[in-house]
Amino acid sequence: MGKALRYLALACYIVFLAFPLVWLLSTALKTPQELASLHPTWIPRAPTLTNFTDAFGEQDLVGSGMRSLVVAVASSVLTVILAMPAAYALARYRSLVNRIAIGWVLVSQVFPFILIIIPLFMVLRRLDLVNTLPGLTVVHVTFTLPFALWMLQGYVRAVPRELEEAAAVDGAGRIRSLVSVVAPLLAPGVVATLLFAFISSWNEFLFALIVLKDPDVATLPLTLVKFTGAEGVVRLGPLAAASLLATIPSLLFFAVIQRRLKSGLMAGAVKG
Amino acid sequence: MRMRTALAASLLVLVAGCASESPAATPDGPVTIKFQSLAWQKESIAANKELVAEWNKANPKIQVEYIQGSWDNVNDQLVTSFEAGDPPDVIHDDSPALSGFANRGYLMDIKDKIPAELKSDIPQPAWDTVTFGDGKGAQGVYGVPFLQESQVTIANKKLLEAADVRIPTPDSPWTWDEFAEISKKLTKGDTYGVAWPMKSPVNKVLNLSLNFGGTFFQTDAAGKTTVKVGTEEREVLQRVHDQLYKDKSADPSALGMGSADPLPGFYAGKYAMLPAGVYLRQQVVEQAPDGFEWVTIPPLKGVSSEQGAVSQTLSVAADSKYPEQSLKFISFFLNGSNQVKLAKGDWLLPTSVKAAADPAMTVEENGWNVATASVKNLVVAPFLKVNGFDEWKSKVATPTLQQYFANKITIDDVAKKLVDEGNQVLERYNQ
Repeated sequence: MGKALRYLALACYIVFLAFPLVWLLSTALKTPQELASLHPTWIPRAPTLTNFTDAFGEQDLVGSGMRSLVVAVASSVLTVILAMPAAYALARYRSLVNRIAIGWVLVSQVFPFILIIIPLFMVLRRLDLVNTLPGLTVVHVTFTLPFALWMLQGYVRAVPRELEEAAAVDGAGRIRSLVSVVAPLLAPGVVATLLFAFISSWNEFLFALIVLKDPDVATLPLTLVKFTGAEGVVRLGPLAAASLLATIPSLLFFAVIQRRLKSGLMAGAVKG
Repeated sequence: MRMRTALAASLLVLVAGCASESPAATPDGPVTIKFQSLAWQKESIAANKELVAEWNKANPKIQVEYIQGSWDNVNDQLVTSFEAGDPPDVIHDDSPALSGFANRGYLMDIKDKIPAELKSDIPQPAWDTVTFGDGKGAQGVYGVPFLQESQVTIANKKLLEAADVRIPTPDSPWTWDEFAEISKKLTKGDTYGVAWPMKSPVNKVLNLSLNFGGTFFQTDAAGKTTVKVGTEEREVLQRVHDQLYKDKSADPSALGMGSADPLPGFYAGKYAMLPAGVYLRQQVVEQAPDGFEWVTIPPLKGVSSEQGAVSQTLSVAADSKYPEQSLKFISFFLNGSNQVKLAKGDWLLPTSVKAAADPAMTVEENGWNVATASVKNLVVAPFLKVNGFDEWKSKVATPTLQQYFANKITIDDVAKKLVDEGNQVLERYNQ
């Protein structure tokens, strides 16, 4: 009975999580008449691919999707590369400077992102990076870095200092100890941070709107919003079709790395 | 909205003087001008692209690059473009947005540059919607108005016939009194006579209030503008409120909806009539179930049928390197026959006299004849010329009208709030 209840609870949870995706799929396959029905249906009565053909025909979904992918991958990798050594230093060395640095990282999350647009925009202008994907990547790294740093330093703290000391006793230098002992244990944390940075960048709209003015460099969120008209009227079918396609890279990214993330979470649980 | 306002304000002080330099065009050499369109409906995008392709084929020395913008964020996006010194050459927007842009010097005054044929084909009331102060005391024309929207009523034909009510024509419209009576007559069982979607009530109320001469603003001889809520301004407010709470012929649950949100209920017979912009006919044609019959009811009449006009516009950026070429393109793009294509694509009304006379714009099918005839009721809404209107609208009028329509305050409270709090807002702009 207990097992059955657990499975039932799990099934309910899965249904809850899957609801938005299933509803998006259902919406993308419906005709305008069905979308405007007062009695919505789960399964489209007359499934159609018109929304997909319209979405692809009218907007450069593939091109903007590729650009989003490039920016999201570059941002997430750069974020982790920059955050790793800083996170290690913050976690391992205790000093006034470190405490201030950690405090600043937390405080930086309190400010609305809108405040950093002005200095960022000015810097990007000077560097001739407005309207470029590298410019947007810099922006995304800037706003994901503090939280990534905070996440990673937590993972570093979870790695017992004794392991590094044991490696030192066995003759490993600091670099060797970091590469051979600490880094593998940090893998789950790195994956989780990568995932966070990737999704943040993939979904980001406001900075992209400001930095990328040329449609030839528009990312996917900027393209999706073009299915919205005046006075909030939305072309729901093509928007749902395009949004469904926009979720695929995130899902694939998750699918590729979820095993490592899962094992990492379990490893952390055992340590705790 | 708050974020957008903050963004716009921030960007105003952002990058003054950091505009990039582009190489100037050689006098006879080919140039490429950027045209940012806000077309978003399938047919409208097709019409825009078709016209651009036609132009490019005929004008190898002035090529137009079509850029797709979005109504949802166009003004934020344009502010950054203007401040960065890299705006599109030809800009599609709507007339209320032009006032602020003109005041800041972002747009070119085309008053003396509009080709005579184009100028004479568009009536003066439409030109008035794009005539604003330049921030230095002079008046200029900052765009070419080409599509306009009027408020009509979309009605369930079978329910009207069953209630045996008179179907009005543009020459013999319903008065507001008739509308109220018919709404009561159509209210039966689960069906309400009318749904008033009032998620954004201000423009709708202010535009319709012109039916009774309600202007909501008055400017004295010294040029100081204040808010006015007198008998004329109270008419539409009171009448809609009465339908909701006295006659109970309007569904209160529709109040929080946006313009298109009541459509599913309309198709299902939950509401018999839906006051809406003319463009909403497109949604009905696309979405209504088979066999659903509907009619377009002309603008209601109070003292008159006058309504506030808002135009879609094409402007030339002040920073454009190719203003002459841009105006040539605009003249082609907005000629009479092309305005027919654009109006059909967007389900709006052309400003061009030639276009409005085109048979395609006057057919009975889908209410085009009624919609096109409603152009004659459009006048410049006084509020569009008021400095500080946007702030008054968002900080004072929107929450006040929402409270009133939710029956939480009286119409006297509305008048007091709109005037007292509104004048505090306008005071800053009057200085």
